[in-house]
Amino acid sequence: MHSFGQRANAIVTFSVTLLAVICSLASFSDNFNTPSPSAEVKVSNINWFQKQRNGNDEVSLTLNISADLQSLFTWNTKQVFVFVAAEYETPQNALNQISLWDAIIPAKENAKFWIHTSNKYRFIDQGSSLRGKDYNLTLHWHVMPKTGKMFADKIVMSGYQLPDEYK
Amino acid sequence: MDWPGQKLAEKLMEIFLVVFAAVAFSVGYLIGSFQTMLLIYAAGVLLTALVTVPNWPFFNRHPLNWLDPSEVERHPKPQPAPAPASKKKSSRQK
Repeated sequence: MHSFGQRANAIVTFSVTLLAVICSLASFSDNFNTPSPSAEVKVSNINWFQKQRNGNDEVSLTLNISADLQSLFTWNTKQVFVFVAAEYETPQNALNQISLWDAIIPAKENAKFWIHTSNKYRFIDQGSSLRGKDYNLTLHWHVMPKTGKMFADKIVMSGYQLPDEYK
Repeated sequence: MDWPGQKLAEKLMEIFLVVFAAVAFSVGYLIGSFQTMLLIYAAGVLLTALVTVPNWPFFNRHPLNWLDPSEVERHPKPQPAPAPASKKKSSRQK
């Protein structure tokens, strides 16, 4: 009894147990962070807006996205995934969400950004209900921790409207 | 490793690891670096292994003192008393 191997085994199991404990504590400490992110998205141009041959509406936008997400980062944050979605209502569906742009923010230094871009993913409605449509642009984010629980939240920006005619 | 040595090794292991975990978490949290926490803890585990896993001389300071064989010869093992079973039987029959 109490050989070299048994003592080595005991130290490995106990140290891994404690590692799990301190990682849980690290995850728990994220709850003390009260983030105050801000974001603003401007539609600087409607590049084109047309009906596809199959009847779906598609629009191309130029977006001006600025956001300050630095307060989301804690010592336990690995990265933050962020995406802008267009959200609108149609008679068939109460909520349609279309992701227009996304990015991975790897560090706090990159979390205050400003970007001028056309939509990265196509803005297509399955139907032809985009003309004159009121829609929201929502900045969603997922905070990916080094250990533990993932957090997600969003900022909804409303008051956008698509043009009444194709162009 | 003798008996008090085993007890000491186990105690030392638990105390060392708990203290290192507490220090690692506190330092990591205070300077805001997860990596520092892991490095401190890893160093602590290595140090603890080095102290408590090998059979160091200070775990062997209470050797068991076995009796000399000549002592055993002078005090022979007592023989079992012959046939106590018959007595029991008679007492039960009463």
